[in-house]
Amino acid sequence: MYAFDFHRPATLRQANSLIGKVEDAKILAGGQTLLPTMKQRLASPAAVIDLSGVPELVGIEQKGRNLVIGAMTSHAEVASSALVKAALPGLAALAGGIGDPHVRHKGTIGGSIANNDPAADYPAGLLALGATIVTNRRRIPAGEFFTGMFSTALDEGEIITKVIIPTGGKFAYAKFRNPASRYAMVGVAVGKKGSSVVVAVTGAGSDGVFRWAEAEAALGKRFNAKSLDGIKTPAAKELNSDIHASAEYRSHLIGVMARRAVAAATAK
Amino acid sequence: MPKVSMTVNGKRVSADVEGRTLLVQFLREHQRLTGTHVGCDTSQCGACVVHVDGKAIKACTTLALSCEGANVTTIEGLANGTELHPMQAAFREHHGLQCGFCTPGMIMAAIDMVNRLGYDLSEDTIRHELEGNICRCTGYHNIVKAIQAGAAAMGGLKVAAE
Repeated sequence: MYAFDFHRPATLRQANSLIGKVEDAKILAGGQTLLPTMKQRLASPAAVIDLSGVPELVGIEQKGRNLVIGAMTSHAEVASSALVKAALPGLAALAGGIGDPHVRHKGTIGGSIANNDPAADYPAGLLALGATIVTNRRRIPAGEFFTGMFSTALDEGEIITKVIIPTGGKFAYAKFRNPASRYAMVGVAVGKKGSSVVVAVTGAGSDGVFRWAEAEAALGKRFNAKSLDGIKTPAAKELNSDIHASAEYRSHLIGVMARRAVAAATAK
Repeated sequence: MPKVSMTVNGKRVSADVEGRTLLVQFLREHQRLTGTHVGCDTSQCGACVVHVDGKAIKACTTLALSCEGANVTTIEGLANGTELHPMQAAFREHHGLQCGFCTPGMIMAAIDMVNRLGYDLSEDTIRHELEGNICRCTGYHNIVKAIQAGAAAMGGLKVAAE
């Protein structure tokens, strides 16, 4: 790999001060995307600020009706957390389906959403759950956070510190995995809170995660997989086509994954 | 150059490294522990799996400096003198390898599996849990058998011999 400067702050305060000072620095969370990207020179920051030494960014708590997950909490920790499994089993399952066991030990929720890969799982999940992303400067609703493929509402020098996730609704995520990369060929997250339903689709959109309004309207009337019968899936011309799947196939998969997600969300 | 210190297989070690030095380079080139392999260098194949603070990770996708103060176990740290770790012994017994290149990562992944899921592992569980480790020779069949037997042996359980 090319040479770069390395910083490893021990507190969020130190991290804040470094990110303001160090030129052309990138935050390193779990590194499971950033390091391969740097090896390929698709990213080449002059410096890396590693947050793995900041313990205050790790942990899962129940605070009132919310789950609060620290940005540096690994996928393995979310997947195996008794708190998450009890409050939002669908979220534990989502985290447990990312990458492979070794990647899940390193990859973090903060890193995943800051990267906003168009085929990542967390962006769809957090959108459907109505989560709030907390940074060193402000709180950003998930609906405003994911702004397009690999792009977010984060400003220069902004660091995600935690994610606040409301509990008490229904939630499930169903994904059709690419068998080699384990990224979503299509993933659909469905969240229901009161009468409001969000259906978020990842892996399929040409500009990253998006909401499927027609499905939301149908499921808002009756939260049952059958409600999606006769609803047209998103048009292929707005979807990805690549060596793994055509846009038409992805469009079909969205309907299948959405039904599976609704069925899973209503099963318990 | 920054200095990194960690415990590798029970021994305190430190070295001057660059920011870009990967954990796997630190282990292989600085510590001469060449049992940890580099297969793909793109976090797909799992030949580089080691344990950091008790958890299996891919050493090709971890910076050495991120492991400051950590406790690292590699394949060289498993045997007790000349006595193989039960998981190593099971791979030999069940011929869970052909060329052997993936074996160190397979064994480290297998022990991590036992640490998380216990001694009684079903074939389905093992196959699913092995998705981060690629073997191009065996077709996995004997690896799965070896892990099942090795897990049982780690727990002192008996598995019918075939």
